[in-house]
Amino acid sequence: MAIDAPPAAAEAAPPLTRADFESDQIVRWCPGCGDYAILAQMQRTLPEIGVAAHNVVFISGIGCSSRFPYYMDTYGIHSVHGRAPALATGLKASRPDLDVWVVTGDGDALSIGGNHLLHICRRNVDVNILLFNNQIYGLTKGQYSPTSPIGTKSYSTPTGSIDAPFNPLRIAIAANASFIARAIDRDLKHLSEMIKRAHAHRGTALLEIYQDCIVFNKGAFAPLSDKASKEDRVIYLHHGEPMIFGKTRDKGIRLDGLQPRVVSLTDGAYGTADLLVHDEDDEHGTLADIIASFQEREDFPRPLGVVRDVERVCYEDVLEQRVADAVEERGEPSLQELFETGDTWEVPEHPAS
Amino acid sequence: MTIATRKPVEERTDVVIRFADDSGTGMQVSGDQFASASALFGNDLSTLPDFPAEIRAPAGTLAGISSFQVRFSSEDIHTPGDDVDVLVAMNPAALKVSLPLVRANGIILVNTAGFSAKNLRLADYDTNPLDDSSLDRYQVFKVDLVELTKSALKEFTDLSAREAERAKNMFALGMVFWLFHRPLEHTIEWISAYFNRPGREKFIEPNIAALKSGYVYAEATELFATSYEVKPAPLRPGTYRNINGNSGLVMGLIAASKKSGLPLFFAGYPITPASQILHELSQYRHCRVRTVQCEDEIAAMGATIGAAYGGSLSVTASSGPGIALKQEALSLAISMELPLVVCNVQRGGPSTGLPTKTEQSDLFQAICGRHGESPLPVLATSRPGDCFDVAFMAARIAIKYMTPVIVLSDGYLGNGTEPWRIPEADELDAIPVKFHTEVEGFEAFRRDPETLARPWALPGTPGLEHRVGGLEKADGSGNVSYDPINHEVMTHHRADKVARVATEIPPTEVHGPDEGDVLILGWGGTYGSIRAAAERLSAAGHTVSRAHIRWLNPLPSDLEDILKRFKRVLLPELNLGQLSTFLRSRYLVDVQSLNKMQGKPFTSGEIEDAVRNLL
Ligand code: SF4
Repeated sequence: MAIDAPPAAAEAAPPLTRADFESDQIVRWCPGCGDYAILAQMQRTLPEIGVAAHNVVFISGIGCSSRFPYYMDTYGIHSVHGRAPALATGLKASRPDLDVWVVTGDGDALSIGGNHLLHICRRNVDVNILLFNNQIYGLTKGQYSPTSPIGTKSYSTPTGSIDAPFNPLRIAIAANASFIARAIDRDLKHLSEMIKRAHAHRGTALLEIYQDCIVFNKGAFAPLSDKASKEDRVIYLHHGEPMIFGKTRDKGIRLDGLQPRVVSLTDGAYGTADLLVHDEDDEHGTLADIIASFQEREDFPRPLGVVRDVERVCYEDVLEQRVADAVEERGEPSLQELFETGDTWEVPEHPAS
Repeated sequence: MTIATRKPVEERTDVVIRFADDSGTGMQVSGDQFASASALFGNDLSTLPDFPAEIRAPAGTLAGISSFQVRFSSEDIHTPGDDVDVLVAMNPAALKVSLPLVRANGIILVNTAGFSAKNLRLADYDTNPLDDSSLDRYQVFKVDLVELTKSALKEFTDLSAREAERAKNMFALGMVFWLFHRPLEHTIEWISAYFNRPGREKFIEPNIAALKSGYVYAEATELFATSYEVKPAPLRPGTYRNINGNSGLVMGLIAASKKSGLPLFFAGYPITPASQILHELSQYRHCRVRTVQCEDEIAAMGATIGAAYGGSLSVTASSGPGIALKQEALSLAISMELPLVVCNVQRGGPSTGLPTKTEQSDLFQAICGRHGESPLPVLATSRPGDCFDVAFMAARIAIKYMTPVIVLSDGYLGNGTEPWRIPEADELDAIPVKFHTEVEGFEAFRRDPETLARPWALPGTPGLEHRVGGLEKADGSGNVSYDPINHEVMTHHRADKVARVATEIPPTEVHGPDEGDVLILGWGGTYGSIRAAAERLSAAGHTVSRAHIRWLNPLPSDLEDILKRFKRVLLPELNLGQLSTFLRSRYLVDVQSLNKMQGKPFTSGEIEDAVRNLL
């Protein structure tokens, strides 16, 4: 599986820069919000990918992250809460030439819009979905979200939330998303790489991005980005490579039957050769699900990177093909011919009328 | 099949036949075939399918009866008829449900095999109505259709008894064909095509044999003393086909796609009675129609908005409950000012209500649904053929004014058929479309001074990158604006734009004197019953006028004047008086509402009676 960015589109115009993707609107997120970093990284990465701004459409739902399209100097729709994947499906199915992105949050994608997220993945429409997960409702001022851990204290759960959170990656796997990855707003280089990978993938790409809501859920992901803890708490996934992590790369993950285990690489019991080797090309999502489950297991590092990248036929490609085949097989009738399909009869001129 | 010399033949101008049986037995097919044969013969016709919400409701029960009413005539007709002349009843429940509709001395053809003790009990009959005097006022013909069909199909040894019995609807149809001198050819062709599928071919010959045997049986036994002839109707010269309202919408949308040069995109979710629109459009891939069956109604609305944004002629269709789900996103389409068409094939509500029955109770929902000040054009179809014109018009208005448009049809129009005079494609007006491409001075919400439409700037156009969404937009630039005055200005712009659609509405036609005592005003599917009632009243020497409006929002500019020229205005509606409420509040006229909520259209008699009470 290629890790490189796709070849830049052959545009005759001078290469675009970050400034070409910045709209003239004032960005209105709270100072220090993780959204800023993601926006900046997107504006930097798109010129590197080499897309033409006029072919790009960002579609969002409702929530803090969903203001994102206003700040990109591309085409964009700030739509209805949870429904961005539906709009994106209609747009991409009718305009496969466009480069369509969805920007959504944990409440938008996994609560009110859960159904649409499942179905866009199932259909495999060639859309890149950036799911900003901050584990809280920001724009409505701090209610717990469907990704908040049990016990989250918020305005709506003063004594702690009682419902179990969703694991977005496992939902994507269940819906057979053909590309699933995770990044974090504090590792920009990696985020940029993940944006490129999502874009290079043909089919629905779900990129979960851990994003810090500094007002209502500050530091939710701090252990995953703080220098002191990061290397023991995060595992970067690399296709074809054994799963090793830790400050001194002293730990690994091996499979014990169907169960992953964290093992030490220094006590002599296990070596690199005993470890689980990452394989993005995971047709049935078995490995992807094991990796996605790390976050639910104690003492496991949080995986960042591409969890799954498989080939599946795209919805809009088949739809286009069906149209082309039908036109070829049946010919495109004139309107008059269409009107007169089926049983018709003539009423002649009649003098009596 | 040639028609042998006959016993007395009586000429009729107008006949209503009703076929009734358990649902799932093919009675809808018999009715439909009779209608097609009559249409091809040249009669004017109108049909009323009437079926339960369940696909195969328990056999023999009153709730499970599926019927199909066909009215055919040598004259121009407008309704499926109030009184039934011929009832084909396959069991006691079918008889009981339909009997109140049969006129005195009407013909009732009953299948005696269906009148078992069990079926009588299921239909709540204490005694067998075939044996007592309860049917004395009708001409009853008792035939054991099961036995007759089975013996007609004896030679088809590969059929089980059950399979042979299923052809009894074709046997009955053959008898009715004889009674009304209908040719069998069309139905024979239909049977051959319908069963021409793997595993089903073996039913072709038996069904044809049953049809022919029914015809021969009626002729040979001289069961009916008389047969009837209904001459072709003097319809306007031209080429015709039979069409129901849902197909009419489909044809109108495809015509609008061709005439605008925009590819047609349709997103929908299955719902009775609108699903046929999704089914039919899915068969037009060769006309570059793209259909998506979505995960829910909301997604269908969302996808429709996405495709409209991308430059398709974008359409969705549903019925009341589904439209309710779409309303939030429809507000976004109003806010984004995108052209698209939403068809509502109305049914009885609230909630699941009467899903297979008709009603006009979504007018409030169409005009006042959604949230905030969110006006959009609403127009209603009045006949199956009119669905074509209305769909075409809706697409044109959506594009010209950059607005979503709601088309109100209903279950009666959607499923009912009538002959449709096929238009000359070349004579349909082109629908002009202008995508904005000029970069200089582009603003996403700079309006056309005449229509107040904003430019349609498609993604993919260099230099026009812009963002639109649900947040309020600054007048002109379209950038997000929370300015209080701007919001008021934009609210007015959106309302004024829709109000200007009134300039597209031709003068309202008043049939009869244009002032006087009584005006019957109608909208939507009540057209036929109102017209028939008014014509009957005029024939009886009364002076009654009638008008039917297609536009519900905005209302025709001449409507207020017209209403005020009459002493009384009667407005029949299949709801609790929704349009009357609007007209009363808008024009301060004392509109009298005539209401019906039985899942059925008005009979013309009901309207006639109401008018007589006003005279
Ligand atoms: S509320 Fe939280 S997520 Fe929203 S802008 Fe502020 S910091 Fe960012």
